Amino acid sequence: MCSLALFPPPLVDGEVTLYESNNELVSGSSSNSYPKQEWDPPGLHFPRESLKPHSRPESSSKTAFLDHRDTLWMRSAGAWRDAGLAGLLDEITNSAEEVPKWLGVSSGCVLALLRWISSFHGSLFPHLTLSSENMVAEFSQVLDWSDCTVRAFAWHPHTDKFAVALLDDSIRIQNSKSATAPTLKHRLQRSVAALQWKPLCASALAVACHTCLLVWHVDPTSLSTRPSSGCAQVLSHPGHSPVTSIAWAPSGSLLVSASPVDTAMLVWDVAAESCVPLQRVGGGGVTFLSWAPDGSRVLAATPSALFRVWETSMWTCERWPCLKGRCQSGCWSPDGSRLLFSVQEEMVIYALTFTDSPGGPKAAAIVADLSETTFNSLDGDITIGGEVQSLAWDPRGERLAVLLKGHTKTEGRPAVIAVFKTRSSPVFELLPCGFVHGEAGAEPRLMQFHPHFQHGALLTVCWSNGKITHVPFYFVSAGAAQPNPLPHLTGQSADYSSHQLYTEQCS
Amino acid sequence: MLSFKHNSWFIRKVVCWRAVASIAWSVLLTPITTALFVFLSRFNLLHPIQWISDSLALLTASSTIFSLVLLSGVVLVIGFFNLESYTVVPCIPCTRIALLGKVLHPRQCMHSLVHSSVGMLVSWCAAITIGGRYRTLSSPCIQTESGDPSQMCLNEYHLLMLLSGAFMGYSHSLLGLVHNMNYVSFPVIQQYKYLWFKGSLPLVVKCSAVQSMYALRNYLVLYFFFGHAPKTWICRTLNLQEDSSLHGLDTLAGLLDLSLLYHLWISGTFLLFTWFITVLLFRVYVSEMYSFPVQPSFAEEAEECLSKILPCKEPAIMKFLALQDLCLLSQHSATRRLEVFSLSQPGGHPHNWNAISKECLSLLAELTQKLVAHHDAVASNGRAKSQSNSGSETKSWSSVSSGAVDLPKTPHPSIYLKTPGSVFQRSSIGKLQSPLTIPFTPDLDSPFSSPSIRRLTALQEPNSPWFNAVQSPHVMRRGAKLWSASTDSQSNGSTAASPAPVPAASPPPASQKPSFLAQWLQNRKEQVKSFMAKRVLVMYLFNKLPEATSQSLFADSQAHIWALEGLSHLVAASYSEDRFGVVQTTLPSILNTMLVLQEAVDRHFKLPHASSKPLRSTCSMGDSSYKTLRFSVRAALKTSIYRITKTFGEHLNAVQMSADHRKRLQQFLEYKE
Repeated sequence: MCSLALFPPPLVDGEVTLYESNNELVSGSSSNSYPKQEWDPPGLHFPRESLKPHSRPESSSKTAFLDHRDTLWMRSAGAWRDAGLAGLLDEITNSAEEVPKWLGVSSGCVLALLRWISSFHGSLFPHLTLSSENMVAEFSQVLDWSDCTVRAFAWHPHTDKFAVALLDDSIRIQNSKSATAPTLKHRLQRSVAALQWKPLCASALAVACHTCLLVWHVDPTSLSTRPSSGCAQVLSHPGHSPVTSIAWAPSGSLLVSASPVDTAMLVWDVAAESCVPLQRVGGGGVTFLSWAPDGSRVLAATPSALFRVWETSMWTCERWPCLKGRCQSGCWSPDGSRLLFSVQEEMVIYALTFTDSPGGPKAAAIVADLSETTFNSLDGDITIGGEVQSLAWDPRGERLAVLLKGHTKTEGRPAVIAVFKTRSSPVFELLPCGFVHGEAGAEPRLMQFHPHFQHGALLTVCWSNGKITHVPFYFVSAGAAQPNPLPHLTGQSADYSSHQLYTEQCS
Repeated sequence: MLSFKHNSWFIRKVVCWRAVASIAWSVLLTPITTALFVFLSRFNLLHPIQWISDSLALLTASSTIFSLVLLSGVVLVIGFFNLESYTVVPCIPCTRIALLGKVLHPRQCMHSLVHSSVGMLVSWCAAITIGGRYRTLSSPCIQTESGDPSQMCLNEYHLLMLLSGAFMGYSHSLLGLVHNMNYVSFPVIQQYKYLWFKGSLPLVVKCSAVQSMYALRNYLVLYFFFGHAPKTWICRTLNLQEDSSLHGLDTLAGLLDLSLLYHLWISGTFLLFTWFITVLLFRVYVSEMYSFPVQPSFAEEAEECLSKILPCKEPAIMKFLALQDLCLLSQHSATRRLEVFSLSQPGGHPHNWNAISKECLSLLAELTQKLVAHHDAVASNGRAKSQSNSGSETKSWSSVSSGAVDLPKTPHPSIYLKTPGSVFQRSSIGKLQSPLTIPFTPDLDSPFSSPSIRRLTALQEPNSPWFNAVQSPHVMRRGAKLWSASTDSQSNGSTAASPAPVPAASPPPASQKPSFLAQWLQNRKEQVKSFMAKRVLVMYLFNKLPEATSQSLFADSQAHIWALEGLSHLVAASYSEDRFGVVQTTLPSILNTMLVLQEAVDRHFKLPHASSKPLRSTCSMGDSSYKTLRFSVRAALKTSIYRITKTFGEHLNAVQMSADHRKRLQQFLEYKE
C-alpha cells in the first residue's frame, strides 16, 4: 500500500510543476519554460473580476420589476408554475386579506403539514434540507464549487477541444483547429455542475444545469461565436433538479443523469428526448455518476453511505454499503475491470476489481493511504493529506491524479493534487509520482486528463485564481496492458526514444 | 409458402406464448386491482374502522367473486384484442381524411363496439361492487302518481354508471386509434420484465386517473345534453317509470353530486387501469429481447438462426426482434460476435456475416431510396407534386428488389463504386427477375458471375486499398489474402442464399408496368383532384398534415437504427476480433451505404416541418416514440459512421470510394460533421 510519506517533498512557493519526464516531475519558475508540442493546449486565464456571477435567481429579481398589483389569481398561477404546490399555498397564505378566511387558514394548515412532512423526510436524508445551490456545491467534483471561477471542464473525447463552464453561467469552447471560441448562453443554463461531450460525435455537449439538462449542438465548422439557444435541446423531468452529474455511454447512445433529490437515475435517449427512470429508493438520491470506459458498468453514488454499481446489459445493480461516509468520487480503469473510489471521512483510496465470473468482488481493498503527512521545507512545515475531493485516472491507466481537500482556512495545509503511478501486474498497486504544484497562492479546484494524449498523459488543472494549465506526463506505456491501437502512434512516440524509458524503480 | 412456415413457428412458439403469459399475469392481477377498487370506492374519512370492515366483508362476498370472474373474462377479451391488433410499425395517417377512414373502418367499428360493451360490463361490476344506490337498474318508486306501490322506477344512477362504462370503452378504443396505442415500441435499455413493469406502474396509474377524468368530463357534457334519449328508451322497453320526485341526472343540480362524481371517476379509473395494465404487460412481454442462435448447432435449428431470420419480411415482430438481437450481440457478446465472423466448416465461407451485412445494407438502401424518392416528389414548398404517390410506390418496390447498393435511378450526382458485393448482388438478382431461370439459378450463376468477379479482382488488385497505403507487413498479408478470399466467398455465399430472395423478388415485374387502364384511371384522378382542390372543406380534409409525411417515412426506422448500430459495432469489433478478415470485403459498401444515407437524411431534414419537434403528450398510454424516430436515425447514423472512422482511423484512406464520399469521410475523420 502506498502512502503520502513515500512522496518526494512538495515544491516551495514560486516553483511550478511543469511536466514529468524521465520518471520525475520537473519544475520551473514559470509555466512557459518547457519544450513545446506540435499543439499546446492553450492555458487560459479567467480572472474573477471579468466574470459577473449570476447572483440573483430569477424569482427574486422578479419582485424588483413586476407590478405587485397583480390579481391573486395571476400570482397564484405564477407561484404554481415557479414553485409548485408549496409555492401556491405560500402565496395564498401570504395574501390572507384577499382570500376567504377558510381558504387562507386551510392552506396555512396544509403548508404547515407539508413542511412538517418534509422536515421529517429531511431528517432521514439531511441533504434534502440544503438549498439547491449548496447541494450542487456539496456534491460537485469541484473543490469549493460556489466560489470557483471555473465550474466545470470537459475535454472532447476525440479531438483537441474543450469546454469550460464559468462562474457567470456561460460556457466557452476552445478548439485547437479554429480560432473562433464560441460562448454558449441559455436562459436555463444556471449553476452548471458538470459538462460532458458526447462520444462519437463532434458537436453535442451535455450540460447539467440547475433545473434541467441541456444538450448543445455546436457545429464545429460554424464561425458563429454566440450559437443561439435554438441549438440546445432541453431535457427536463419533474422532480429531477438540480442535476449534479451526467455521464454519456462510451458508445454515444445514452446519457444518464443524476440529482441528489431524485431517487431515480434517468437514462436518456437524447435524440428522442425521452427517458427511462431507474428507481432505487435506498440512499435518497444519486450524486455522482461515472461510466466505465468499456461501457459495461456505471458507478452511481448516493448521499448516504451507499453506492451502486450498475451493469449495463440488463441494468441491474449491486449495492455497496460503505462504513463511514458517502462515496465522494470514483474512477474506472481503461478496461472497466477496476474501480477506484474514495469515501468521505476516510483518507484512503479503495479498489474494487470486477471479473466476469458470477458473484463479483466481495470486498473493496485499500490501495493507498492518504492520511496527513508533514513535510519539512524551507518555508516551514507543510501538512498534506486528508479527504479526497476527486479522482482521475488517465486513459492509458498509468497515472492516477488525486485532488486532496486540505484545509483552506488553516495555513500550511493546502489542497493539492497528488499523482500516483499505477501498475496492474503482477498485482495492482499504486506507486508515488509527485505533487502537482501551481503558482503561489493558487489552489487546484478541478482536474481532468486529456482523453487521447499521444505521448503519455496530460493533466489539465483549473486553479483557484482562474487559470487553466496543462501538465504533461511523458512516458511510454509499460507492458502490454494497453496495446496501442494505432500503429502510427507508436511510430511518433519513438521520437522520444532519446529520453530514458520509463522504468519502475521509483519506490 | 416457405416463408409462411418460417413465420408460423415464431408466432406459434414465441409471440403466442408471450401473449398468453402477459394475459395470465393480467388476470392474476385483477383480484388485487379489484380489492384496491373496493377499498377506494367505499372510502369514508369519518368512519375509518367501519370503512375497513365493510370493505373486507365485501371482498369475501359472492357478488365480488362473481364480478371477479366477469372481469377476468373482460381481461381475456382485451388481451385477445391486444394480440390481434398490435403492430411494431405504426400506421400514420397523412391526411385528415385518412384518419377519418381509419375511424370508420369496419374493423375499428367492431373494435369500438366490443370495447364499449365490455366497458359496460366492467362498470356493471363496479356498480354491483359499490352497491347502495347503484346496485340495480330498477327500484320501487318512492311516490307514484297512480299510487301503485308495486310500480318499478328507473334507477338513473345505475344507468349513468353503465353508460359511463360504455363511453369509457368507446373513448379508449378511439383514443387508442388516434394515439396508436397498438404500437409496440422497443425499450431503449434492456431491463428485466418485473423491474420494467414496476417502473412503468406509476405512469399507468397517473394515466388512467387523468384520462378517466377527461373522459368523465366529456361524458357528462354529452349526458347533460342527450341523456334523456337513453333514459326514455330504457323506460319504454323495460316498462319502467321515471321517478319524478328525484332530480333527473341530466340536470345541473343532479350532476353536481360530489359522491356521484367520485364514484364515476373511480370506476372509470378502475376500468382504464385494468385495461392499461393488460396493454402494458403485453408490451413488456412482446418486446422482450429474444436470442436467436447465430450458428445452428443442430440441423433442425437451421431455419431459426439469425442469418435466415433477418431477410424475412414477415412477421415484422420477428424481423424487429432479430435486428434487436443483432444490435445487442454486437455490443455485449464477444462469443456470439465470433460466431458471426466465423467461416463455415466445410468450405470456409462467411455465410453468417454475408447474410447479416447484406440484409442490413439492403434495409439502409431501402430507407435511402424512400427518402430520395420523397425528396424528389416534394416541391420545395413542402407540398407533394401530383404523381408523388405512384412514383414512390414503384421506386420503393424496385429498391426492394434490387438489393443493397443499387441506386441507379436516383438523380444523384456522384458515381458509385461497384464493389464486388454490389455487382454480384445486382447480377444475380437481375437474372432472378426472369421467372424461367429460377429453378436453375445455382447452375446458371457460376458461369455468369465468375468472369465478372475475376475481372473485378483484376481491376482491384493493382490499386487494392491495402496495396500501397499501408506499410505494416501484417496488414498487407491480411489484405492480400482478404481479397482473394472475398471473391469466392461472395459468390458461394450468395448462391447458397439465392433461393431466399425469390419470393420477394418475383412481384416487381408485374407492378413495375402500370397497365393502360391504370394510367387512364390516374388521369381521371388528376382531373377530379384539381376540381376538388377548390373546395375548402375538401382541402381541409385532404391537405397533408405537416409532420405526418416525415413521420410515416421513418415509421419503421427502429429497424434501421438497429441495423446501423449492429453493423457499426460489428465493424468496429472486427478490427480486433475478425481473424479471417471477412468484414473487410464489405467495408467499402457499408461505408458507401451509410454515407449515401447520411446525405439523404441531411437533405430530408432541410425540408420544412422535418426538423420541428413534435409536441410531447404528457399523459397518454399511447407510445409516441415513433414521432421522434427520424431524430434517432440521424443521431444513430452519425454515431455509427464515427464509430467506424474512429476505429479504423487513417486506414480508411485505403478504402476505395468516390471522391465525394472521400471528402465526406474526411470530415468525419477530422470530427467536423
